[in-house]
Amino acid sequence: MEKIKTPALSEYLIRLADDRLILGHRLSEWCGHAPILEEDIALTNIALDCIGQANFLYSTAAESEGNNRTADEIVYFREALEYRNLLLVEQPNIDFASTIVRQLLYDTYGILLYEQLQQSTFKPLAGIAQKAVKELRYHFRHSSQWLLRLGDGTVESHLRTQNAVDKLWKYTDEMFISDAVEVELAAKGIAVKSEALKERWFTIMRDLISSATLTVPVQGSFIRKGGREGKHSEHLGHLLSEMQIVARSYPDIVW
Amino acid sequence: MSKTNSLPEPNDQWNLWEVFIQESDNEPHRHAGSIRGADAENALQNARDVFARRGKTKSIWIVQSDHIVATTTGDSASFFDPTSDKVYRHPHFYKHTLDDELWKK
Amino acid sequence: MSENIAAMEAEFNRRIAAGETIEPNDWMPEKYRSQLKRLISQHAHSEIIGMLPEGNWITRAPSLRRKLALLAKVQDEAGHGHYLYSSAETLGISREEMFDQLHSGKAKYSSIFNYPTLSWADMGMIGWLVDGAAIINQTTMAKCSYGPYSRALLRICKEENFHKKQGMEIIATLIASGDTGKAMVQESFTRFWWPTLMMFGPHDTNSPNSPDMMKWKIKLKGNDELRQRFIDMTVEQAQKWGLSIPDQQLAFNEATRSWEIGEIDWNEFTAVINGNGPCNQERMETRRSAHDNGKWVRDAAHAYEEKHRSKITTAA
Repeated sequence: MEKIKTPALSEYLIRLADDRLILGHRLSEWCGHAPILEEDIALTNIALDCIGQANFLYSTAAESEGNNRTADEIVYFREALEYRNLLLVEQPNIDFASTIVRQLLYDTYGILLYEQLQQSTFKPLAGIAQKAVKELRYHFRHSSQWLLRLGDGTVESHLRTQNAVDKLWKYTDEMFISDAVEVELAAKGIAVKSEALKERWFTIMRDLISSATLTVPVQGSFIRKGGREGKHSEHLGHLLSEMQIVARSYPDIVW
Repeated sequence: MSKTNSLPEPNDQWNLWEVFIQESDNEPHRHAGSIRGADAENALQNARDVFARRGKTKSIWIVQSDHIVATTTGDSASFFDPTSDKVYRHPHFYKHTLDDELWKK
Repeated sequence: MSENIAAMEAEFNRRIAAGETIEPNDWMPEKYRSQLKRLISQHAHSEIIGMLPEGNWITRAPSLRRKLALLAKVQDEAGHGHYLYSSAETLGISREEMFDQLHSGKAKYSSIFNYPTLSWADMGMIGWLVDGAAIINQTTMAKCSYGPYSRALLRICKEENFHKKQGMEIIATLIASGDTGKAMVQESFTRFWWPTLMMFGPHDTNSPNSPDMMKWKIKLKGNDELRQRFIDMTVEQAQKWGLSIPDQQLAFNEATRSWEIGEIDWNEFTAVINGNGPCNQERMETRRSAHDNGKWVRDAAHAYEEKHRSKITTAA
């Protein structure tokens, strides 16, 4: 039997986990600062789901590595260059519109991805995906409804939302790059080839953006990418310096 | 493309909704509290996040609060006292000892 | 007319004395209503402002488990603020009005949240001391005479069980992890001890609102009695953990079987309550800017609903 627990598997699980953790971190920054109390609660709920999924994925990755590394070590003691998340999820919360658009772009991709990961031949991942899909569908419901309200709300909300779509669109192609790790694992039925998700994702996004009376940007020939190889935007370093400060200041303390 | 230029009233509160939660199939929907929501979908989502955070929820109903009509304490004498002597409406009125075993099944 | 009011007031007092709850549509004296509005909205504001000192550490929580627990806890506080605003609204004051009172500095909230959170141990301290104190207050208040407030408190008490435990677990783990962790806990405890005792409010002899509120059962125990209950419980816990209590005069009174403390610095309490605590200004600015920056979002949702509601009406 072919060996399942390869370095590629750990790499793949960690990139999935990094996407969830960093997106969850961005959402958690809203806690206490949201536009209305109900959204403090809603955004925190989604953040909890994201970080919870990340936790499962890191633990599974750590287990598959079999070298006693813990989930917390993976999170708190890696440099930005070692993080593998998409550039999209680390983009900052410029305003509520940018948060919602970033979330929707990811949620749509996440549903398509995790729907298929439910059939992964690597059972622990299939199990995580089953739970994640349910949560992602709810996140999508939240972010897509807000896109409609903001896009088709007031002049100001329309402008802000269009601006967010325009700014974040260039980070979306990175979601659909199938690199060597993905190809290797997809061949074993463990991973999903994300390039195959693009068409469906685009159709859903196009329809939603139009329903929100917004304009779908034209994708330029230049694609912003590099997250999967650790080449991030400058934002990630700051995010991590905050996230890791306590854990790294006291490496001997058990929390 | 049509955009509204009319701003909402200065008081920018969203509508008030009453939330009813059903915890399992065999239970009725019970009033859980109130929620603000800009529209029905928004209110439903907010109700879920506020009142169903800890699981144990089967279904949620919401209704706009101004659609609820209620009695007041002043009504209670005329509304409810007349029913207090109608014991036959309550199951414990029936004391068929023979049937007791059947009821337990 | 005045006879009528006197009769209603007598009936009201009879119901309170009989232990009945008062419901939103019932007649109530104006002062009962205004006291409750003040009390419940202060409590709601405390939950919302209370999100900030802890929210301050969500992005820095040192493990995934702690991060998830802290997020869930701060989210609960938002939820509790929500229940409380809703129950205050049943008295005929809108959430917007309450926010205006908060943002203009007119409304008060618990003094404790005007202290900064300076180390991770403060997350444990807030759970253990601040939530511990709040639970003592709230479980007592859950038996109050106003139905919606009482029901909101019951729900809150149920949900807050894990808050205190979460805090105690943080402290126990830090202490067990060695000298550095224990020193962090001690430093935090020393900062939080006195401000937590102030949470129970002034001595009953200096509490202007107390007599009426006791009569109407919107306050069931005196500030000093509740504070003492807290002290007796907490001193023993602190001793078990080997923490030293920053009070030279602290002594056990064998006759009353309780711990007597030195005098609270009431000047500090008054300063904090009147807006001159270490973080009053920051807390207010944070709240105000969240509210102001969110206006366009609330407006957008409003506008969207209006547009689409009128579409449905036109279609019909």
